[in-house]
Amino acid sequence: MELLKNIIDKNGLIFAFLLVGLMMLISQVLSRFLFRGKIPGVALAILGGLGLAFLGGEKGLGDYPLFAGLAFLGGSMFRDFAVVATAMGADMGQIKKAGKAGVISLFAGVLVSFTAGVAAALALGYTDPVSLTTIGAGACTYIVGPVTGSALGATSEVLAISIAAGVVKTILVTIITPMIAPRIGLNNPHSAMVFGGMGGTTSGVVAGLAATDPKLVPYGALTATFYTGLGCLLCPSVFFLILRALAGG
Amino acid sequence: MKIYGVALLCACFLAGKFLGQLLGKAIGLDGDIGGVGFAMLLLMLAGAYLHRKQWLSRESEAGIWFWSSMYIPIIVAMAATLNVRAAFEGGWVALLAGGAATFAGLLLVPLLAKIGKDTDPDTKP
Repeated sequence: MELLKNIIDKNGLIFAFLLVGLMMLISQVLSRFLFRGKIPGVALAILGGLGLAFLGGEKGLGDYPLFAGLAFLGGSMFRDFAVVATAMGADMGQIKKAGKAGVISLFAGVLVSFTAGVAAALALGYTDPVSLTTIGAGACTYIVGPVTGSALGATSEVLAISIAAGVVKTILVTIITPMIAPRIGLNNPHSAMVFGGMGGTTSGVVAGLAATDPKLVPYGALTATFYTGLGCLLCPSVFFLILRALAGG
Repeated sequence: MKIYGVALLCACFLAGKFLGQLLGKAIGLDGDIGGVGFAMLLLMLAGAYLHRKQWLSRESEAGIWFWSSMYIPIIVAMAATLNVRAAFEGGWVALLAGGAATFAGLLLVPLLAKIGKDTDPDTKP
């Protein structure tokens, strides 16, 4: 047992590939035989991953030394690298065509998420502009939240809430996208680019699209990747000043 | 050789990240803005150019396709290492803020997807 643990410790990343391979296999089998193909295997695998993450803490399963390789494989380096590789299958013409809609959806997406987040915070009793802005920023993505909060000097409690709001959004986008895709017309590169701008969370958008239709991933990822930057730019500056003016401070 | 494709992917990836950092610096933010997006555009342009010149063999391209097909497993690994617990422990404010933002954003997709579509009769809705 000690020997086995030793091998895994030294070869964490290889062990992670094996684990993910097994998870995919189990999900495909469940999808085919238990759900008769109604729920895609990819969606089941992602849901399973989220479920397993519950067993850990800040880094999900990655908190256990045994699964450190899994955290590395699922970390931003490999994720970004693989997402860039999907561009190989993307059609430049489609992107040019949807370019304008993509840019508009980016601005609209940041504004809508921020407003929804601020409204939620207001409804639950927060009134000071710094907390409101931080929670609104967190509703954009879990990176915009803490970046904005630290810039404005928000309390650590509010920072934690803003990160949590962003994580809730990532997880919801992942789960809900395949369910509502047919209703919102998410079945072509054009709407996938708009979806990337409205969803914003790169991980959520990519995971959600992967479970919906893998061909759409590069289009959604392309816009979503600009979202966090735009949020970090707008929230602590323009949006904060507007909120502060509204609050009369 | 497959490594040529992988090397091209790496070059685009790093160059994109560099551009993202530069853009971040230019607007006074310590971070990467759209680095992945720039990298994707670079890869598309470089891929199309090399393809036309026939400098990129099928075998080299296979190196890129391999990584392109690895993103789903990587996303599964990512899902298993997210801070899912924090999402619940953040309480009602976090749930409400994240939930409202998600639904409001997704419901607007059909509306915004109309932009730029009217001029183009051959794309199906």
